[in-house]
Amino acid sequence: MKVRDVMEALRAEPITAPDLDRRVTGCYVSDMLSDVMASSEEGALWITQHTHANVAVVAAVKDISAVIITGRKPVEDDTLRKAREEGVNILRTGLSAFEAAGLIYNMIKDAG
Amino acid sequence: MGHSGEAPVGVIEGYFSLRGGDFSDSGAAATKLRSELGRLPGISGATVRRAAIAAFEAEMNVIIHALAGTLTYKVEDGRLIIRVNDMGPGIKDIALAMTEGYTTAPDWARAKGWGNGQGLPNIERNSDGFRLDTVVGEGTALEITIDLYKDGRCGGES
Repeated sequence: MKVRDVMEALRAEPITAPDLDRRVTGCYVSDMLSDVMASSEEGALWITQHTHANVAVVAAVKDISAVIITGRKPVEDDTLRKAREEGVNILRTGLSAFEAAGLIYNMIKDAG
Repeated sequence: MGHSGEAPVGVIEGYFSLRGGDFSDSGAAATKLRSELGRLPGISGATVRRAAIAAFEAEMNVIIHALAGTLTYKVEDGRLIIRVNDMGPGIKDIALAMTEGYTTAPDWARAKGWGNGQGLPNIERNSDGFRLDTVVGEGTALEITIDLYKDGRCGGES
């Protein structure tokens, strides 16, 4: 399963998309950056409402396959710059975190 | 704002200045370190990740808690040494600060998703050496060591 497949299933918009062929190995849902820093796995998607620049750094150092932003906050310019520098995929979806996580859970389960 | 000194080719070292409350360039040290280590032959992705996680947590600690500080890193004999020194409040009770879930982070940091009481334990978990020296009212010095080839060399290099 690739980031591109998730983007299509969630009807998500690519905010930064340096590597949509990146393999997805799991998913982590949290708005605590400290928690993501401590517990997310390499290759996981990360669902969050945060849009500030630290999000791009956390995603880079944790090797997150794509950040999925829910909610209506605009993504800050610093975040876009950092994400482009570090090759971080950021997608935005109109779905709630619950709906997005549910769809992704089923996709990962079906992919075996 | 962080900035880095220029090191000679082949040498991995960096110097960054950090200012309390300034999120604008936070992560500069961790991302630079990550890209430099990633070019080392035979290093594993997991080791690069451990180093970047430790460096970023340490940067954020200074930005969240201190007035100002510095972060330097250097690779020597297959080991990475990260030193972080800050002018900050110091840590009154190190054992408490090392407890998962304990935090003194201010509200503005929590609003950005930090301050869950996981930073120092996460640094220690990702390090091979971890030394904390602190003086209340003066500041904190943290030295992190990471063995870059603990799991052996991987890839084409033997």
